[in-house]
Amino acid sequence: MAKTLFEKIWDKHVVLQEPGQPALLYIDCHLVHEVTSPQAFEGLRLAGRKVRRSDLTYATVDHNVPTTDRSLPIVDQVSLQQINTLTQNCSDFGIQFFGLDNPSQGIVHVIGPEMGITQPGMTIVCGDSHTSTHGAFGALAFGIGTSEVEHVLATQCLVQAKPRTFRISLNGSLHPGVTAKDVILYIIRTIGTAGATGYVLEYAGEAIRKMSMEERMTICNMSIEGGARAGMIAPDDTTFDYLEGRSYSPTGKRFQEAVDYWQTLPTDPAAQFDRELTLEIGDLPPQVSWGTSPGMVTDVTGNIPNPEDSSDPVEQKTIQRALDYMGLRAGMPVGEIAIDRVFIGSCTNSRIEDLRAAAKVVQGRKVSSSVHAMVVPGSQPVKRLAESEGLDAIFREAGFEWRESGCSMCLAMNPDVLQPGERCASTSNRNFEGRQGKGGRTHLVGPEMAAAAAIEGRFVDIRNWDRD
Amino acid sequence: MEAFVKHTGLVAALNRVNVDTDQIIPKQFLKRIERTGFGQFLFFDWRFLEDGSPDPAFELNRTEFAGASILVAGDNFGCGSSREHAPWALLDYGFKVIIAPSFADIFFNNCFKNGMLPIKVSQTLVDQIFEKVAAQPGYQLAVDLEAQVIRDDSGLEIPFEVEPFRRESLLRGLDEIGLTLKKDAAIRDYEERREVFR
Ligand code: SF4
Repeated sequence: MAKTLFEKIWDKHVVLQEPGQPALLYIDCHLVHEVTSPQAFEGLRLAGRKVRRSDLTYATVDHNVPTTDRSLPIVDQVSLQQINTLTQNCSDFGIQFFGLDNPSQGIVHVIGPEMGITQPGMTIVCGDSHTSTHGAFGALAFGIGTSEVEHVLATQCLVQAKPRTFRISLNGSLHPGVTAKDVILYIIRTIGTAGATGYVLEYAGEAIRKMSMEERMTICNMSIEGGARAGMIAPDDTTFDYLEGRSYSPTGKRFQEAVDYWQTLPTDPAAQFDRELTLEIGDLPPQVSWGTSPGMVTDVTGNIPNPEDSSDPVEQKTIQRALDYMGLRAGMPVGEIAIDRVFIGSCTNSRIEDLRAAAKVVQGRKVSSSVHAMVVPGSQPVKRLAESEGLDAIFREAGFEWRESGCSMCLAMNPDVLQPGERCASTSNRNFEGRQGKGGRTHLVGPEMAAAAAIEGRFVDIRNWDRD
Repeated sequence: MEAFVKHTGLVAALNRVNVDTDQIIPKQFLKRIERTGFGQFLFFDWRFLEDGSPDPAFELNRTEFAGASILVAGDNFGCGSSREHAPWALLDYGFKVIIAPSFADIFFNNCFKNGMLPIKVSQTLVDQIFEKVAAQPGYQLAVDLEAQVIRDDSGLEIPFEVEPFRRESLLRGLDEIGLTLKKDAAIRDYEERREVFR
């Protein structure tokens, strides 16, 4: 029978399927971070249980960590306690730990792929909603809560009802300067923040096939913002080339055997999806979020919506609330929005390609005097590679801060926080009220758009901005 | 886990869509390493003014909602992060049941793991409940998981769906990890035939 990529992986991981019951699914890879795991380890201890497969469990610290000089002590005592708790838990339960002083430390969704831990055909979970990122490799990867983290630690399995499948095909070639981030923002804008609830998304089409692994990760990363359980992309030569030679990738003959298997994973031509959508993205302008939900997105060439344009009173109220919070005038052009801060980072856009693209925009230019801008590489390896290419110097000379790796101002659990009323062009994934700091105002954009906003102090259309 | 069979309680209305986990429990409170004590921080940024006093404009601060244990809200409740701190905070504050037209996936799942019942009902019915809450201070609902029905004392009757396995494990307050551990033989069997490429 013809199967989708999702179905092939699902079927291969069912340990037990009793009629009328959810499946017991085997998990190949469990990623752990400091915020959603302490209560799970505590639960194990209380019940006297062990970690079943510490060899399939990988931990790092990312959410809380300072992005300033790592040789200094951590000031926030509560953060420190969470970091220490994970360090202790990893040592007690024998889990591989990429801690603060480890050369591979970084955001969990950056380091998994980077080390080749993430591979096609795997089931991957993490107590983090953006686990969907790993689906870019043709893995089934999704976020779980702390109770399920404990369940996986104890059993290496999860009890799961089978989600439905939804394919989004993207046709056309992107205009230079328009990126994967614009595409995923446009998808969420189109389907809505609950548009894919209950589904696993598969992204397909010529535009996806042309994308690099970094771009595919950006797309899959934000599947959750469209409500999806997971996002996936069929593996191909781009995937295999990326994985070859990484520290956890198979080597030699084993690599070829793996590729032979991975090549069987893509969706069969006759396979059926529960839902299908095709989008033309050839004329897509850069996208900018204007509100407090990731579906509140418009073209950079567009205007801020007017609540009165909607006939639905609840929607009117929602738009008005967002405008009030964001301090925006209905109908104003996006190009008139003045920016105070720029954040280039997060598991959506902090990989080497993102930094290269942003560096190209800022090279030889200066950050606007009214803007405070920072770059936070996704991992230590990204940071080192960028430095070896001289990107740090480009950013610094332009007036950006160059930081250590971590989640940083994506969720502002560490000292990287917006002040009330500050407006930020951010390459992260969520623009919720207070996400980057209480009263802070977030506009989600791609890395080039964020970089150009830093220079101009406002949003510009990167397509016809003078790039020399 | 505590079992959930029937619950009757005061209803609080939060008529907003896309209530996200960052609002339910802002990140500055995620640093605790326990499961308890999060109720005091529930909806912190909406609930309290700069000086720490309750914001009278926030729905849950209305006197008639004090002691509410059933929350009714708009579409896509619980969207955002996977943090289980969100249901922990709602539960610790006193909510046992959440009724909305739709929920974000991970949040929905997390509720069941903590003896809470999220119930999906149509927008029309949610609107009806909103109207009743507005019209009748002290409005209560009775939720019966066994019969899968929500009732009030003026004859309202809303049947609802729950996946049978979720219903079962809530009704009996099952330890899901314990249940899976009993399937150890099947798991070991799977591990033997499992292909790995490393
Ligand atoms: S970068 Fe942001 S979205 Fe990604 S894992 Fe960290 S906090 Fe979550």
